[in-house]
Amino acid sequence: MHNQALIQYLLLLGDSALIQGQRLCQWCGHAPALEEELALMNVGLDLVGQARNWLEYAAELSDDGRDADALAFRRDERAYRNLLLVEQPNGDFAVTMLKQFFYDAWHFAVLQGLSQSQDPRIAGIAAKALKEVTYHLRRSGEWVQRLGGGTEESRQRMLTAIALLWRFTVELAAGSDAELRLAEAGIGADPAQVGAAWLKQVSAIFASVELPLPKAATPFYLSGRTGLHSEHLGLLLAEMQFLPRAYPDATW
Amino acid sequence: MRPGELIASDRGARAARGDDLARAWAVLEQVMDPEVPVVSVVDLGIVRDLGWRAGHLHLVVTPTYSGCPATEVIEGDIRQALEQAGFAAPDLERRLTPAWSSDWISDQGRERLRRYGIAPPEGSQSKRSLLGQAPQVCCPQCGSSHTELLSQFGSTACKALYRCRECLEPFDYFKCI
Repeated sequence: MHNQALIQYLLLLGDSALIQGQRLCQWCGHAPALEEELALMNVGLDLVGQARNWLEYAAELSDDGRDADALAFRRDERAYRNLLLVEQPNGDFAVTMLKQFFYDAWHFAVLQGLSQSQDPRIAGIAAKALKEVTYHLRRSGEWVQRLGGGTEESRQRMLTAIALLWRFTVELAAGSDAELRLAEAGIGADPAQVGAAWLKQVSAIFASVELPLPKAATPFYLSGRTGLHSEHLGLLLAEMQFLPRAYPDATW
Repeated sequence: MRPGELIASDRGARAARGDDLARAWAVLEQVMDPEVPVVSVVDLGIVRDLGWRAGHLHLVVTPTYSGCPATEVIEGDIRQALEQAGFAAPDLERRLTPAWSSDWISDQGRERLRRYGIAPPEGSQSKRSLLGQAPQVCCPQCGSSHTELLSQFGSTACKALYRCRECLEPFDYFKCI
């Protein structure tokens, strides 16, 4: 039972990093400037690497013959445990950067907690990822400030992005009962602490450019943690999984 | 001993000898990073341990970044170089803990980076540069400290993009992590 809870938790971490990384890769060849394109791809690369570390551990614990690649490429949408936020379409640059910022602020707080985990494997992966995510968070926070405090149009776009994405932040301050028990056992990050740290970070960046902070989002009928995803995840997976599913023996 | 002598048989499995380890280190110093072909894996500090285990050379290698696409290439290069030097079936272990730090790049590695046109990491990762204060980065071309950050992410995840305001050349800076 304990193992099952841990596997689900590792999937939440790994799937969220993987889907966020995959979304970033969709900017390849489309970013507004070369420097931004490089940055988006580098962040995506970090996240895919972190996803592999989490999914390798999940695969070992599952011990059912599947490896990290099988978990990434041969699971259907209902078996994915990523946050709803990261599967949302990229939209314009304001949506992309706000999504990244919301995710980074959550990710940073989770990794801070996990780097103290009693499970040495989790602590090791988290300590490494935390160094990388420190850079991600700094950059995405700067973009929210730059767009939110920029021109009339950039500010309007950031406000629209907030209105679009805010409801998905409900998952960033929540945790399942199994996650609470993992946190009590000293293995997982405490969802309450993560939620508080997330809100503090977001409030500070929003306040610095006078972006209004909406009131706390409320749960609705979808939930990434239980595999109830928005319609966007299936489309993303169809693209991401096409090649390994169509050509199962392909190697490169 | 000539290259290849130990590959074919279990003669690879044998008692450890100190001078073999020194020779293995010398081989590793010739294995270059595929992205920055002037610094070796030893310069980068990613070979964390080297010894004998069950008669085979056992190495602990740590990746610089979680998603570094060069990790597999580097491991393959290390294996190939050691086998060519006569170390049969070296046993490579990938270890994440403790997480790699740019502090582990050797002085020689830093100098080689600079000569190659990449500014080496400034200071230690003792949080200063991690927490937002901009490091003082000198231009590897002209040495001027009059430089500016263009992007936190350069041509690879481990580098940021800078520009020198004296000689106006853009350059990569190896980030402090």
